[in-house]
Amino acid sequence: MASQVGARRLEPAAIGGIMSREVANFRTFWKATTFSSVLEPIIYLLAFGVGLGATLVDRVEGLDYVEFVGTGMVATAVIFSSALPAMFGTFVKHRFQNTYDAILAAPVDVEELVTAEMLWIGIRAGFYGCFPLLVTIGFGLDPAPGMLLVPLFCFATALGFAAFGIAVAATVAKIDHFNYVTTLVITPLFLVAGTFFPIDGLPEGAQVVAQVNPLHHLVELVRHASFGFEAADVIRFGALVIFAVAMWRIAVRRMELRLID
Amino acid sequence: MRGAVKRFGSITAVDHLDLDVPPGICMGLLGPNGAGKSTTMRLLTGQAIADEGEISVLGYELPDEAKVARGQMGVVPQLDNLDVDVTVEDNLAVFARLYRVPDVAAAVDRALGISRLTARRKDAVDELSGGMRRRLLLARGLVHEPRLVLLDEPTVGLDPQIRTELWSLIDGLRGGGSTILMSTHYIEEAERLADEVAVMAKGKIIARGKPSDLIVEHAGRQTAEVYGPPDRLAEARAQAEAAGLRVRPAGPAIAIVGAERAANGAVPDDAIRRAASLEDVFVMLTGEEAE
Repeated sequence: MASQVGARRLEPAAIGGIMSREVANFRTFWKATTFSSVLEPIIYLLAFGVGLGATLVDRVEGLDYVEFVGTGMVATAVIFSSALPAMFGTFVKHRFQNTYDAILAAPVDVEELVTAEMLWIGIRAGFYGCFPLLVTIGFGLDPAPGMLLVPLFCFATALGFAAFGIAVAATVAKIDHFNYVTTLVITPLFLVAGTFFPIDGLPEGAQVVAQVNPLHHLVELVRHASFGFEAADVIRFGALVIFAVAMWRIAVRRMELRLID
Repeated sequence: MRGAVKRFGSITAVDHLDLDVPPGICMGLLGPNGAGKSTTMRLLTGQAIADEGEISVLGYELPDEAKVARGQMGVVPQLDNLDVDVTVEDNLAVFARLYRVPDVAAAVDRALGISRLTARRKDAVDELSGGMRRRLLLARGLVHEPRLVLLDEPTVGLDPQIRTELWSLIDGLRGGGSTILMSTHYIEEAERLADEVAVMAKGKIIARGKPSDLIVEHAGRQTAEVYGPPDRLAEARAQAEAAGLRVRPAGPAIAIVGAERAANGAVPDDAIRRAASLEDVFVMLTGEEAE
């Protein structure tokens, strides 16, 4: 029954096989993931949207603060369900579980491995990224046809951040070093994304950072999907795709250096 | 492999290694820890790239055709890398897909049969005993009926009962005509399973042949073991070496190798004579105590 394996790159069978492993594992913990994905935005909306909105902030950029925060929180959900699982998951599978040794002993190469991991995380984050939007609808946001594109926006952004997380995991020497990355990269990106307050109120330097922050573009895309698209949104989406492709190539290279002696 | 070299910084893990494995045999790669056995295995799967030399597996040139070659070989790793929360059958099914097996369900059933885990197919791996997990690892490497099986220290760290169980499975595999390359540092494992043994030390193969031929060539027919206090052992060693015999430590004793050639007085009368073994060969060639 010796298998028929091609020599070409990015074989769907290899990528599908790796993703089937992820699905098999996900079936064992999906309830906990879904629980936190639903509950977290509710807590945030109650604290920031309803709490802050009722006491300090009523409307921002012409939107109810609950709607402003709720749409922005999609980006928060995406980065926390892509970059962090990619960082920790990759590190654990490589260093502690030796999972990649097993996979790379099969007819799979590092490019296929990284691509499959990114796709799986992207699909998951694309799905769970929509939960804050659904919760916000529950808090009074009117559904709009453009919202049907939100999973696509989340997926594209999550691909980039998944690749970022994989590249980081392939680079750091110890799992504790993730603290540097979360403090110096992820938290600032999360704060200057325009989730909780508008970017144009920030100092000029922070505004420049926001313009190269993929999360900010995701926030804008989700808000525009809810309240009306702009022409510049095509460029925003293009930027997310470029970010994903660039991070993909970096992640593949970093993982090749890490996994192949 | 022809002249394969693999360096890690200043350490040469594999040093101009020549190795060919004829089809249909079980070749034992026997060496102490750090001899370069696992690196050799990784070179054969393309998970390590040789700095020098040529490597060809099943007719495919590595590293360029490593992926295609891997499709026709099965690897049983030294470390347990099963997905512990996932069921036995899902662990197998994932790898059947990775190996592009057309009928995944049939392949899983067959692998479960080989590993005698059919009754536990729905159980999560972390509910299995250590022996069952090793059997599952073996089954995972065989799920696609590979032409070549690489066993990297297949029974390392297992208790004797589980080890015997694994040997029986590997022996069945050998009987089925598979080509097997098995790295091990257990003498008994190599003796029990290997048609041919290559003794490896410091990245090189220093002897190769059928176990019986290696014994005759490197250890003669008979070994005499001498027990006693240290000064008695030192005296016996000196006498044997003066007579041109080779002596090695053997736990609390010394072993005088090639004792059948001993002249009168070279071997103490109370020494215990036994047939020379692969262990004698291993220790004489590598200078390492056997496990």
